[in-house]
Amino acid sequence: MIELDARRLMCPMPVIKTQNIIKTMSGGDQLRVICTDPGVMQDIPAWCRINGHTLLKTEEVAGEFILIIEVVQE
Amino acid sequence: MFLILAKTQYKSIEYNSPLLSHSTQRENRTMATQKKAVALISGGLDSLLAAKVMLEQGIHVEGINFYTGFCVEGHTHAIRKKDKAKPKRNNALWSAEMLGIKLHIIDIIEEYKDVLINPKHGYGANMNPCLDCKIFMVTKAKQWAEENGFDFIITGEVIGQRPMSQRKETMPVISAESGADDLLLRPLCAQNLPETLPEREGWVNRDELHDFSGRTRKPQMALAEKFGFDDYAQPAGGCCFLTDKAYSVKLTDLWASRGKRDYEIDDIMLLKVGRHLRPKPNFKLIIAREEGENNFLQGYKKQFITLRTMSHKGPLTLLDGTANEGDFELAARIVARFSQGRDAELVDVEVTENGVSHTVSVQPFAAEEIQEAWRV
Repeated sequence: MIELDARRLMCPMPVIKTQNIIKTMSGGDQLRVICTDPGVMQDIPAWCRINGHTLLKTEEVAGEFILIIEVVQE
Repeated sequence: MFLILAKTQYKSIEYNSPLLSHSTQRENRTMATQKKAVALISGGLDSLLAAKVMLEQGIHVEGINFYTGFCVEGHTHAIRKKDKAKPKRNNALWSAEMLGIKLHIIDIIEEYKDVLINPKHGYGANMNPCLDCKIFMVTKAKQWAEENGFDFIITGEVIGQRPMSQRKETMPVISAESGADDLLLRPLCAQNLPETLPEREGWVNRDELHDFSGRTRKPQMALAEKFGFDDYAQPAGGCCFLTDKAYSVKLTDLWASRGKRDYEIDDIMLLKVGRHLRPKPNFKLIIAREEGENNFLQGYKKQFITLRTMSHKGPLTLLDGTANEGDFELAARIVARFSQGRDAELVDVEVTENGVSHTVSVQPFAAEEIQEAWRV
């Protein structure tokens, strides 16, 4: 699993970083994104729905927001 | 700040590219069933409607959204605790989801500096270089369209809607200076403008485009109702902090204090947060106004000198600039004024610079001693 550290970035930067890294990944690959801006809990799921990727899990741990995405090949 | 593009469903992008001659395009048109448009999507109603109008005409539309760092969208809602009841959704993403289109968000923070610092067409009422900004974004959208095989560009512009960039005389300036020329279609006001290539070639039906003009929002609201959009964003001051007077004053103060017109992303983020006071030319204080801002400023503790009241509850404060011991005392008296120790005889304030802390005990300023001229 690839990990993206988007801590301290404010939306939409975590979304942009997620978008850009997923462009380099293949279908079935998984990405774990770690953020501190609570806005990602709205924005990254919306971005996944729009672009057809699967959001496997979201959780909040000690003030950090963790999202796991499975890449779906177009 | 967003752009939507439209595209055909064909895999081959060359067969009818706008970059080919018009005659070649006409010859190839018989092969085409659907054209592709890229749409600038800001998250506001107009760009949403413009994209929807194209979708209704069978155009394949994808959105593009440019992040300059000055966008009101997103992060600012997350900073202040008092705003937590507001939805934190990103309206550009929301627009794309409502439209059922893809959205490409593009970071243009670095490139945008030149637009803001050296605007060829100047500024609007505040530090908003709206015309240069629009030209820049359409230029970027055109590049994106060429790279991704899209046929034309659409925006939600309406003649007369905005005093600087959306005027009848600026529409052709944007088309020409961006290089988009007649590949730039404004579906909401197209009937008030000369025909564009997509109209002449019959990719879109001009009769089904619109003739909106002026500052009224009624036609847009009626069209939104027709399309069933009822939860769209209506930002009072537009989608950019540069149109905001208070923000613009802070930006010009930042440049004046540094003796140069430049910025980094952290600079422009911090202009959105806290109470800013400049008691002396060599430093400015950024004082958190509530818990959400306090938490946000915590992230900058390693980059700035910080002040924190120790004997009483109070806000975290960043000191931007340089300061000597006398300046620290002045800063501490100000910070103490905004703490719960404002009426105390003495307040202990911890000053931390490069990880080294010392404490000063100061008498808080009285309210009238906080000079108006200090407020940025």
